[in-house]
Amino acid sequence: MLIFEQSKAGRKDGPGKRKKKQGSAIPKNFLRKQSAGLPEVSELQAVRHYTRLSQKNFSIDTHFYPLGSCTMKYNPRACNSLAMLPGFLNRHPLSPDMFGQGVMACLYELQEMLKEVTGMNAVSLTPAAGAQGEFAGMAMIRAYHDAQGDTARTEVLVPDAAHGTNPASAVMCGYTVREIPTSSNGDVDVDELKKVVGPQTAGLMLTNPSTVGVFDRNIQEISSTVHKAGGLLYYDGANLNAILGKVRPGDMGFDVIHMNLHKTFSTPHGGGGPGAGPVGVSERLTPFLPVPMVAHDGDEYRWLTEKDCPQTIGRLSAFMGNTGVLLRAYVYARLLGKEGMIRVSEYSTLNANYMMAEMKKKGFDLAYPDRRATHEFIVTMKRQAKELGTNTMDFAKRLLDYGFHAPTTYFPLLIPECLLIEPTETEDKDTLDAFIDTMEKILKEAQENPEQLKDAPHTLPVRRLDDVRAARELDLAWKAE
Amino acid sequence: MSNVPVELKYTKDHEWVRVMDDGNLMVGITEHAQDLLGDMVFIETPEAGGKFEPGQEVAVVESVKAASDVYCPVAGEIIEGNEALADAPETVNSEPFEGGWLFKLKPDDASSIDDLMDADAYQELLASEEH
Repeated sequence: MLIFEQSKAGRKDGPGKRKKKQGSAIPKNFLRKQSAGLPEVSELQAVRHYTRLSQKNFSIDTHFYPLGSCTMKYNPRACNSLAMLPGFLNRHPLSPDMFGQGVMACLYELQEMLKEVTGMNAVSLTPAAGAQGEFAGMAMIRAYHDAQGDTARTEVLVPDAAHGTNPASAVMCGYTVREIPTSSNGDVDVDELKKVVGPQTAGLMLTNPSTVGVFDRNIQEISSTVHKAGGLLYYDGANLNAILGKVRPGDMGFDVIHMNLHKTFSTPHGGGGPGAGPVGVSERLTPFLPVPMVAHDGDEYRWLTEKDCPQTIGRLSAFMGNTGVLLRAYVYARLLGKEGMIRVSEYSTLNANYMMAEMKKKGFDLAYPDRRATHEFIVTMKRQAKELGTNTMDFAKRLLDYGFHAPTTYFPLLIPECLLIEPTETEDKDTLDAFIDTMEKILKEAQENPEQLKDAPHTLPVRRLDDVRAARELDLAWKAE
Repeated sequence: MSNVPVELKYTKDHEWVRVMDDGNLMVGITEHAQDLLGDMVFIETPEAGGKFEPGQEVAVVESVKAASDVYCPVAGEIIEGNEALADAPETVNSEPFEGGWLFKLKPDDASSIDDLMDADAYQELLASEEH
């Protein structure tokens, strides 16, 4: 039942009647003439409604959530509570620097830590999400070539395994996109890359480890091929969790990187934000970083603005981006320290490789059986779809019945009937084993009683949704009759 | 194995091409392609008059799983896009080789379709992609 359907005219949310204010500071022409049409429910009704909704959710607080490519790890509560200290929470963004030294010190240290962990020359924290970080990164590549007078570079190379955001960001910055195929072992096809790279190449966008869950072994050759042609290398930080404290994008030769703090540094996921997508750059791109950034002269912290950085690509939001999110990442990084960050990548890859090996034993086909997984791996159900008539979606839906959020399905697009599984470092072996046993159980069901999968989920508030109708007849907003 | 009509020509990107009585071409995606993509939710077809080179993106088919570009099989000028698909994208699923056609094209050179695959060659491509 929608909360609007529980509404009864005249019901109020608080004790007693509120007095209507006489006169208002808001000019009359800005005042609403009709009611906003909000649901009229009591406070208790609202609490019950939203609590019930939250109980229907699959979330990291309630379920194993091995959604590949998304890094659904547990975010320590400490990050949240420390970032919500009143001094942080109540600081006005326009308050003078002298009253903001504490928060500026945190942001400065976060800049420095991200610099160190990615091996880049400088970092700007201001992009308000991963997508904006990507946009800022591509805009800097464009600004760099323009500053060189090198305007013939119109093309950006993107491997076919990339997230869809990569080509989208390149197009948003005025580039045309050329796709590079992935070879059968999961690495970028270097021969194909050599064929298409040239004076028209502005850069290459790469996710390494890639979305197929392997670390590209030819990264040095890729990097020198693109650099020799005068192009720049863009690192999509989506899978940074796998290499934290082990390998640095800067050392691989990347010129620009965006970091998805919600994946690697424990800030809240999804829901449309607020997010944070800091960018790091090599020396030659440093002048173009978005402002503001924080500088430290050994004594005081101050904002770096357009005055300090005349070649900057500019501002991406009114102030610092989402400071509250950045503070959560700062606390997380401080909680981990260097040793902790190394543990993150070691356990996230260990968990993935353990699951990969066990699922192979249980009779599942791996997309890249000869490769070691990074923090995630791919199972392909092509054989099961053909032999048993049950596809990946059926397995995914059945997992919900058993209390697991399904892994990512049908992505990356280049692998048919795939499940992209990312356990993350915060799950223990018992949970991984429970998931593996359940997959084995479902495989048995598929062989003996496939209808049980095709009709799944059986135990949830809603059964199989009509994806097609949902996509064709979008109905997103409640409207008063 | 999916249906591969013998009278049509094919591309490696799973488009089919039919030579119509007036010598113009009708283009769509194959039964195999629609099967891989799943239920269609949105089809964008080109407007008449546009000129395209082989391999250029002409149309977009969006299914519940993915959005995919459809490429121009040979150089030519668009005569007509199949506007009926705007309201009934599912036609591409139900009759990919008939009512689900995407656009009609006047080829710059009538012989250019000779470079495309025949049904046998396309069958072989499908078989090789099975592995």
